Amino acid sequence: MKAYPFDYVRPRSLDEACSLLAGDDGARAIAGGQTLVPMMVMRLARPARLIDISRIAVLAYVRADEFGISIGATTPQGVVERNALVGAKVPLLARAIPHIGHAATRARGTVGGSLANADPAAELPLVAVTLDAVLSYRFGAATAEVPARDFFVGPMTTSLPAGGCLVNVGFPVWKGDRIGVGFREVSARRSDFAFAAAAAQVALGADGRCKRIAIGVGAVTDFPIRLASAERALIGSELRPEDVKAAVRDELDGHEMLADLHASSQYRRRAAVALAARAVADALCEAQTSRTDAH
Amino acid sequence: MRIELDVNGTKHELTVEPRTTLLDCLRDCLDLKGAHAGCEHGVCGACTVLFDGAAVRSCLMFAVQAEGSIITTIEGVTPAPGELSPVQDAFCETHGMQCGYCTPAMILAAHALLADNPQPTREQIVEAISGNICRCTGYTQIVEAIALAAERMRGANRPQA
Repeated sequence: MKAYPFDYVRPRSLDEACSLLAGDDGARAIAGGQTLVPMMVMRLARPARLIDISRIAVLAYVRADEFGISIGATTPQGVVERNALVGAKVPLLARAIPHIGHAATRARGTVGGSLANADPAAELPLVAVTLDAVLSYRFGAATAEVPARDFFVGPMTTSLPAGGCLVNVGFPVWKGDRIGVGFREVSARRSDFAFAAAAAQVALGADGRCKRIAIGVGAVTDFPIRLASAERALIGSELRPEDVKAAVRDELDGHEMLADLHASSQYRRRAAVALAARAVADALCEAQTSRTDAH
Repeated sequence: MRIELDVNGTKHELTVEPRTTLLDCLRDCLDLKGAHAGCEHGVCGACTVLFDGAAVRSCLMFAVQAEGSIITTIEGVTPAPGELSPVQDAFCETHGMQCGYCTPAMILAAHALLADNPQPTREQIVEAISGNICRCTGYTQIVEAIALAAERMRGANRPQA
């Protein structure tokens, strides 16, 4: 369990980090390292040079801005977990984070690291896709923005160019009252990789019917997906569990499910439908009881 | 590379290869064998240390990443030579250990929890040690130990009547 030798650089500024990353094919960014370090010690990854971006102060923050709530790429997951602004404005994110690893890995693991790693079973990519988050990155001196739905393109694969550096993820904030969220997943043990996961956010109208809904599923396909057709079918409904299940099932029929030793594709399909229905039920329940000034 | 680490209250200047994990650095350079090398890829939790006060896995960091940080290992939680911390005492009293392999990490995870939350619920204790695997105890006495330590540490700070 020893990594191959590599060079280690800790640039002082974001500009320096971006130029080091863009100008060297063998370089990789490291922040928390909670995935990269085990990959390196198992010799599944062999970067020639690590660019440590974890101490670049301008990359670690949680703030309200034009995106809604923006989180800097190197902000530790544990910091976001305890952030009051996130709890109030992006409750789905706050609900999902305790499912990521354990307290000891959330203390080091970063928001941007998990997004850039793009594990199909990871929670943060699922929340980003479900809420239509916008990811911003630097490539050398250039900057670019990409919506989460175009960022994840395959298992452990993103549209971030090699040598790019993720800098920000912006989560839209839903305005209005009667908003609720739900996040459900199944895994073999607490905080293990999910076999299936579902996230939902619901806004109810004055009539108690669904005014707006976002549903996403993760760990069942190559990358998390938002269930846009199911959402369209459910707008204006009472979100009865059988209707939610039917809508989710219909949409997932068009997708091939992952399969591995732990969970077959048939199991993942059933689990995704059931979890999505539970996540929506949780969100509905929360929306029905939420106070008008809650958001 | 030359790095400086503050470990258990002592500053150390060390020369390490970038690929040396913090765990190997503590064990091999500083002879602090209380941080245990279990799985060495972030699954078992046996290598847990306190990094700027937070419980982290020392096998999931390179020592160079820890430069300038304050590290506490199990060797650093005792108040004086020959004494035990309240958490260590509680582990002894409730039989919170058997083979002892997971114990230093469990105790450090408990210290991190109690520094943050002096009155944890059972659920919060379970969550705090959920990343630490114990193959002997079945966890029950470990949870009891942390609850007992929490109660004692709260009592220790109570103003006298």
